[in-house]
Amino acid sequence: MNAQVANVPVADSGAGPAPVRIVVGYGFWIFLLSDIILFSALFATYAVLQGQTNGGPSGRELFELRHAGIETLALLLSSYTCGLAVLAMERRRMPAFYLCCALTFILGATFLSLELNEFAALIARGAGPSRSAFLSAFFSLVGLHGVHVTVGLLWLIFLVAQTAYRGPRDYVCRRLLCFSLFWHALDIIWVALLTVVYLMGAR
Amino acid sequence: MLGKLTWQAIPFNEPPAIAASGMIVLIILGLLALITVKGWWPYLWNEWLTSVDHKRIGVMYVVLALVLLLRGFSDAIMMRTQLALAAGGAPGYLPPDHYDQIFSAHGTIMIFFMAMPFVIGLMNFVVPLQLGVRDVAFPVLNSVSFWLTAAGALLVNVSLMVGEFARTGWLAYPPLSELAFSPGVGVDYYLWSLQISGLGTLLAGINMVTTILKVRAPGMSYMRMPVFCWTALCANMLIVAAFPILTATFGMLLLDRYAGMHFFTNTGGGNFMLYVNLIWMWGHPEVYILVLPAFGIFSEVIATFSGKQLFGYRSMVLATLAICVLSFMVWLHHFFTMGAGADVNAIFGIASMIIAIPTGVKLFNWLFTMFRGRIRFEVPVLWTIGFMVTFAMGGMTGVLLAVPPADFVLHNSLFLVAHFHNVIIGAVVFGVMAGYYYWFPKAFGFTLHRGLGVLSFWCWFIGFYLAFFPLYAVGLLGATRRMQHYADLSWQPYMIAAEVGAIVILCGILATIAQLVVSIRTRESRRDLTGDPWNGRTLEWATASPPPVYNFAVVPKVESLDAFWAAKQQGTVEPAQAYPAIEVPRNSPLGFLTAFCAVISGFALIWHIWWLALLGLTAAAIVLVVFGWRPRIAVEVSSEQLAADERARRQSMVPA
Repeated sequence: MNAQVANVPVADSGAGPAPVRIVVGYGFWIFLLSDIILFSALFATYAVLQGQTNGGPSGRELFELRHAGIETLALLLSSYTCGLAVLAMERRRMPAFYLCCALTFILGATFLSLELNEFAALIARGAGPSRSAFLSAFFSLVGLHGVHVTVGLLWLIFLVAQTAYRGPRDYVCRRLLCFSLFWHALDIIWVALLTVVYLMGAR
Repeated sequence: MLGKLTWQAIPFNEPPAIAASGMIVLIILGLLALITVKGWWPYLWNEWLTSVDHKRIGVMYVVLALVLLLRGFSDAIMMRTQLALAAGGAPGYLPPDHYDQIFSAHGTIMIFFMAMPFVIGLMNFVVPLQLGVRDVAFPVLNSVSFWLTAAGALLVNVSLMVGEFARTGWLAYPPLSELAFSPGVGVDYYLWSLQISGLGTLLAGINMVTTILKVRAPGMSYMRMPVFCWTALCANMLIVAAFPILTATFGMLLLDRYAGMHFFTNTGGGNFMLYVNLIWMWGHPEVYILVLPAFGIFSEVIATFSGKQLFGYRSMVLATLAICVLSFMVWLHHFFTMGAGADVNAIFGIASMIIAIPTGVKLFNWLFTMFRGRIRFEVPVLWTIGFMVTFAMGGMTGVLLAVPPADFVLHNSLFLVAHFHNVIIGAVVFGVMAGYYYWFPKAFGFTLHRGLGVLSFWCWFIGFYLAFFPLYAVGLLGATRRMQHYADLSWQPYMIAAEVGAIVILCGILATIAQLVVSIRTRESRRDLTGDPWNGRTLEWATASPPPVYNFAVVPKVESLDAFWAAKQQGTVEPAQAYPAIEVPRNSPLGFLTAFCAVISGFALIWHIWWLALLGLTAAAIVLVVFGWRPRIAVEVSSEQLAADERARRQSMVPA
């Protein structure tokens, strides 16, 4: 047994601890996986409670696909500019970096204001989160994504300020890497959300 | 101004409660005064509270667990005494309102604030040492994780003095836990303290998974990792996959209670069985989060004290992985009585029974490791053998409960209570006690008193059987769990036997405390100068006891499984030629400050003191921004320092 185990080729990481950049990115990925599981619990809840409208409005009466489409466009474009910002940083093209960050922020903020607009309109017509189990699930699922986007925007401000003040140091670049992973993950969640909530709900 | 908080929140009209909480406040104030008078604050602050050293954090986790073991156990003995008395027409001494809070607090504390910190603390201390590295992947985050757990534990105990605790059982099923049926702050204490500590646990899990997968000594391939690291990896993957579900579920219950939503309410289209499903999708993996590391401890102990390599290393790893996957596929067996239908129940029943197979593989591996070994009957071996006997029985009653028709009879009976205590005490508590004794000399540089350890084991072992086997019987007779009194006098002898068992366990706990005191007093005569008091096999024994802050002066190169044993056999435990300078992370008060903000915000949210909650959260955000803004500074340990440390250590190892 001993000899057999000892002879196993060292295919995986015989090299010792991974570099910091890898460790940080990897750890953040695992955090994102856990975040996606958080969302999946809410997706499951939404799927269960979708039909429980308690005599109130259903998704078909409430959702506007045009509105959701514009939101999607804003968010996906912000992900694109976020990717460009990372590329600009890698090439140390700082003006391009700041421009892309500004675009990312504006597009993200646009998404957020559209979402808040939708929420306000729903609440105004009596379809608030305490109206029915369906609306509780809807507001919580979409709202949790919105909270993530808000946190992302605050994080982006912080990152840009830190880059401006400290310059493109290693640890600043690592944080930018994590931010871009976070921002893209929010996209993935939004695509699932658009499908499950809006496209399937508005039929 | 103060939300729901008034003077009525302090239980002045309940003499026992006010006496108990007054005692606790006095003890805490006394400790703080002692620390102040002796001038220990700088030491405490610099060496412990702000430490980001995984070993210190691990020790603090275990201290937290031991303190809350006392709290959880005092709840247990109060319940047992109540049930020994409250037979026939007798009311006992605890009113139902109080009794319900006690059983809820007992379960909550024992799982979340005793078993979890104990297991996480041992993993934190041991895993980086076994992997042959200097720290976990994210040392500061590690400190944040610990302090968030401590913050949750503090909030649960504040409920003893200010307000009340939940009366809903340890999982707070709705609709009982909804605002309509639990309007007080008890459920809010439960939810917020578990949200805060749950976040800490999640961060700890992310940290540990990253450490095991990305930060290992050169040559430490997966199939050379000690089994404890494997079980830690699986347990932490389960944490990462399961704790977000808990956070989401509690989040929804909080929205029901605070924002009038309808996830789990009886009205508005809510569905309370959704909560039960979600909470057990966390809850069943949680069982394995606790027990897998305990299996790892038994594997290390049995290999070391049998003087043999662990039998069937590969099958052990595979069995661990199999349990890890299966643990997510059995949650419904906690509520067969939901009425999901015969097919669904049959599938979940069979899936539950399948878990017995990899677990059986492990049991046989441990037995074959002992076979023809030179077994030394040290205290950890006693716990391990006690575990094997006890856990086999608990596992069998588990298979019995996994049969849906039998479960319909036994559901929510004391038979079930006996079963899960049988596996949790028999495996998790016995495991952490074995680990505590086994790694104590590594942590502090001296061994624990053997005689008192043996006494503690026998008290726990006998006390467990006395306390819980009568519950199997009385459960079969029809006694239900969470029962405050009963009419059938024929149950009373069983209840009295269980009370005697609880008292014997109390003796075991007292023996453990005495062991600690005696060992500290006689520590000079029980120093471990070699760093290897048990003739160990894995890398944690290759460094000094206690290890220096950087763990290893030179990161070891791993050539095989049981790397340290192999090195000893080949006589290659030689001093290194050169010691390149290394950097260790600087202390950080981030964890402590975050936890402080969390306690303030949590307390404010429980009592609806909105301005204070906002203040606490804003303070937390400011703390995060400030700490994120400052560049990270490490402290360098020079190569001369390293060489001098190593020289001193090698000289002390030479017997005088």
